[in-house]
Amino acid sequence: MSGVVHKSLPHDSAPLHVTGRAQYVDDIPAPAGTLHLAFGLSPAARGTILKTDLARVHAAPGVVAVLTAGDLPGDCDVSPAAHDEPLLADGRVHYIGQPVFLVIAESHLAARRAARLGRVEVAGERPILTIDDALAADSRFEGGPVIWERGDAGAALLQAPRRLQGTIEIGGQEHFYLEGQAALAMPLDDGGMLVHASTQHPSEIQHKVAHALDLPMAMVRCEVRRMGGGFGGKESQGNALAVACAVAARLTGRPCRMRYDRDDDMTITGKRHDFRIVYDAGFDEEGRILAVDFVQYARCGWSQDLSLPVADRAMLHADNAYYLPAVRIESHRLRTNTQSATAFRGFGGPQGILGIERMMDHVAHELGLDPLLVRERNLYASGGSTAARSKQTQLTPYYQPVEDSVIRELVAELAERAGYRARRAAVDAWNARHAVLKRGIALTPVKFGISFTLTHLNQAGALVHVYQDGSIRLNHGGTEMGQGLFRKVAQVAAERFGVRADRVRITATDTGKVPNTSATAASSGSDLNGMAVRAACDKIRARMEDFLKGYHQAGTVEFRDDVVHVGGAVLPFAEAARLCHENRVSLSATGFYKTPEISWDRARGRGRPFYYFAYGAAVSEVVLDTLTGENRILRVDILHDVGKSLNPALDIGQIEGGFVQGAGWLTTEELVWDENGRLMTHAPSTYKIPACGDRPDLFDVALFDNANRAETIYRSKAVGEPPLMLGISVFLALSDALRACGKAYPALDAPATPERLMQAAARLREVIDEP
Amino acid sequence: MSDGIVFLLNGETERVADVPASRTLLDWLREEKRLTGTKEGCNEGDCGACTVLVTDRNGETRAHNACILFLPQLHGKAVRTIEGISGPDGALHPVQAALIARHGSQCGFCTPGIAVSLAAAHLAGDRDHDRVLAGNLCRCTGYAPIIRAAEDAAAAPVPAWMTKDGARLASLDVPPLAIAPRSVDELAVSLGNDPDAVLIAGATDVGLWATKQLRDLPDVIFIGDVAELREIRVRADTIRLGAMVTISRLREAMETYHPHFAALLRRFGSEQVRNAGTIGGNIANGSPIGDGAPALIALGAELILRRKNKRRRIALEDFFIDYGRQDLRSGEFLEWILIPRQPDTLRCYKISKRFDQDISALCGCFNITVEDGCVTAARIAFGGMAATVKRARATEAALVGQPWSEATIRRGQAALAGDFTPISDMRASAGYRLKVAENLLMRCFLESRGEAVNVLEVRP
Repeated sequence: MSGVVHKSLPHDSAPLHVTGRAQYVDDIPAPAGTLHLAFGLSPAARGTILKTDLARVHAAPGVVAVLTAGDLPGDCDVSPAAHDEPLLADGRVHYIGQPVFLVIAESHLAARRAARLGRVEVAGERPILTIDDALAADSRFEGGPVIWERGDAGAALLQAPRRLQGTIEIGGQEHFYLEGQAALAMPLDDGGMLVHASTQHPSEIQHKVAHALDLPMAMVRCEVRRMGGGFGGKESQGNALAVACAVAARLTGRPCRMRYDRDDDMTITGKRHDFRIVYDAGFDEEGRILAVDFVQYARCGWSQDLSLPVADRAMLHADNAYYLPAVRIESHRLRTNTQSATAFRGFGGPQGILGIERMMDHVAHELGLDPLLVRERNLYASGGSTAARSKQTQLTPYYQPVEDSVIRELVAELAERAGYRARRAAVDAWNARHAVLKRGIALTPVKFGISFTLTHLNQAGALVHVYQDGSIRLNHGGTEMGQGLFRKVAQVAAERFGVRADRVRITATDTGKVPNTSATAASSGSDLNGMAVRAACDKIRARMEDFLKGYHQAGTVEFRDDVVHVGGAVLPFAEAARLCHENRVSLSATGFYKTPEISWDRARGRGRPFYYFAYGAAVSEVVLDTLTGENRILRVDILHDVGKSLNPALDIGQIEGGFVQGAGWLTTEELVWDENGRLMTHAPSTYKIPACGDRPDLFDVALFDNANRAETIYRSKAVGEPPLMLGISVFLALSDALRACGKAYPALDAPATPERLMQAAARLREVIDEP
Repeated sequence: MSDGIVFLLNGETERVADVPASRTLLDWLREEKRLTGTKEGCNEGDCGACTVLVTDRNGETRAHNACILFLPQLHGKAVRTIEGISGPDGALHPVQAALIARHGSQCGFCTPGIAVSLAAAHLAGDRDHDRVLAGNLCRCTGYAPIIRAAEDAAAAPVPAWMTKDGARLASLDVPPLAIAPRSVDELAVSLGNDPDAVLIAGATDVGLWATKQLRDLPDVIFIGDVAELREIRVRADTIRLGAMVTISRLREAMETYHPHFAALLRRFGSEQVRNAGTIGGNIANGSPIGDGAPALIALGAELILRRKNKRRRIALEDFFIDYGRQDLRSGEFLEWILIPRQPDTLRCYKISKRFDQDISALCGCFNITVEDGCVTAARIAFGGMAATVKRARATEAALVGQPWSEATIRRGQAALAGDFTPISDMRASAGYRLKVAENLLMRCFLESRGEAVNVLEVRP
């Protein structure tokens, strides 16, 4: 049926979600005799294990076995790349919460209770906890900093008419997927293993389990129907549970399942990297940026995990949507005795972008200009414009020309639509009349690069079957974590066959069906898997066409309106499928896709890491109580570029949700570690993600009409990550509200908790009070 | 162990025997009944993924967190899970249909809890969706489509299957349960005989002893259904609150007498927590950050404590001795809370990182009487500023007898540092707490002068 794509069909699992029938890993009925696991955790952030006293653990009710590192078969590494994460601490501990021993018990509660009874004695050493600690100890990954430069930023800074420096501290963020990490391993009769995992990366689970059990990958199958949220937190962080379950299942011969209690989940798993970004900007009197020097410090935690590409992406987004004539970016990847920071929606991009957005705001303040005006003066020129054709003005700091920019048009349209200029004046007038409460408004843009920066990950596979009754079964390498990927990809399949969407059955991601998949990450899910599915469908369709043309002696065959038009005749799709089958036409095919045109030299910081860019912008207005720091988001207007949307409703859902998650990151979501390195905010009682009442009173989200110039699936664009960075507008609106408290620049750090805001207001007012 | 717990589950009678008193409804549903639609998100009553409906014998239906609800609490009640929100023939509840149509689910893990909370509101005709959903966290949608769905469904009639539990309960044979006395005299005897027993009211705190601290509970007495203690008696001189009055019912009652207190209670926990938690539990547990006590102290509330048949009456502020220490003797329990009737001058301010369902960094309650421009009386109490909820006596003294002016407020602010030496923790620093306490006194003054001080009242 033509027109299945671009339609706002509901999430394919919505009827299951709302009735509670949708199964997540812990809901899968397991065979009788299934065992349950829990980790015993390190009580110290750094040191050598002296003694692990597990006598009481062994004796606890329901305990079947207790394992420490020495009991594990061979090498049980659970890291995604660097081979630096033993499943259980091997002699040394590196953070509070690191798994030290593994309890295998008859119930989840028995395992948890027993795990509390272990005593791990550690000869403690002074932990390296903060960015400053790590710098002082020269504790890093990759030796020294990574530096990329375009132009001579140092010289240009010296020559710039105006110059300023600033620093922003940017806190991390807990994913808080509602479904915690979970896995279930079932031993198979041939010595192989079937693993159900809540993971964005089934192939990696398969790989890590195979490695731990010393099995070929062909003997391990990982299946993922859905996750209860991922956000990057299930890209590598599920490895430990899956490997633990597989090892325990091998050892006991029984199925083993594990889910982290929420406090354990937050204590054990990595979060968004916290950053410090130092900027030195040279600019002219109109606010045109002439040169910038950024130094980015990323707190990576105890192991490498995905920190290097995260820090790279922060560098790759240091420019955000602005052309920087001369730029130098220095990136420090610091090793600390804390949870290993990991992927989180945006993957370093949000921190990089916040760095330059803060800088733009600061420059505008310095010049007494509206921040929007300064931003507009620096936005990348539009694709196809005169400026764009002169490639020199269009290069990113990493030498990729920006050929598809619509950010100028998009920002102009949003400013108009949201009435930014009139509201800016209204905010100032309102603030003049109110002593305690102050309003603030900010418009911030986003330009986000789409592709994995590790080029070989930009590939995907699919498997499509058409059955003789005309039903279609679809499989691909992407995972469903709520984003609606399965729905979008099924729309693509239905469109290729010209049939109703409900003919397409969507099935669990399965490493036994589509091998060697990349993580569903980097917003790439529909781009990659949509194209792979298209390729598979087109193979089958071509075979059907060839056959039907010959069989019916017809000149044309068209698949549309849920039927097949063969010359002048019309065949029901099911009839066409039946005919093909009876005439021995293969109705099953694989599809493959790799992103074209990309290449990237990471060492030099040059190339074309991104196939295209996604654009967006948001205007947020807030009100702030300067006596307490309490605040509210009053109104948000968003205009976002998703290319030609595969499913506008799902895309708007990603934008609304991403925005609120980004706003949460920069406002109420505060991670606090104590002086020993213990995470104090390890449950929703102390770590506050946005609640229902925190959403803006007025929340208008519109899609920017802009077919992707790149040849993506139906000219759509990726949407998973980019909207998160629209939340930066809330942070800068709060900073804008503080302007009403004094003349100095507020220099707000993130997250802007009520405490930070109240203290900033007090600080600004004290400066005014001085003669 | 408890025997003979009888309740309705999705309309069918369940009899549960020989389960530990600390067995939670959530674990029982998922592990014994294989009803896995009810999800575990946090296991501490903060995320709402496990929300279920509980109807009591008065026919009142409210949303609860199944993760911190012990099975004996359900004795004689009706539970409806997400599986029972749809009709017996599988027909969708209007909120379920609206959630699909409005794209209200993404990952779907919070969705059953959200559907149940919305079904509770739909049943009650309650359209204050922000309040209804304050205890249901969603990490995917940003809530906007969920609210659209809630608004769409609001006008639809209540499905027949949603209204039948009350009538079924009336005919349910509910034998007495030894660990759950029904009258206050029975309770007095039980506790008198076993003074070390732990009293469990709504289990919003004790629930976490089981699910998070993994403690073995000693002898327990479930007191949430002691009928007299659930009463609110409004008299000429006092409002008498039974200790088992839930925060939800207290909030509804305070709308009339002390609306600022009601507004504070709207931000106490979440709908699910307020439906389970009781004002008596909030006080007796002695938390320095409980939100009930500051307001009640500012109102001059007194407590009636009972041991067997002996009662004594003390001022609430004298009940809190030190962190974790209350003036509660062995075998004694909190029976009544008495609020003197008075003209309403109470102002309550709760400060937390997040507006809804967050524990206070501090909570300041001000009951200041101004006559002819002069402060004639002041009762001020803070939570979160000391080891207990505490009166600000030096501050009160600095105000009383003085003109109601900014200069007086400045003197009061200076006195606050003498009243309190707060601590720093993950919620706020000591410096912030003290500074904001001072600022709240100023807010109280400015509000009385008509200055806009409440961000919640600002419209776009």
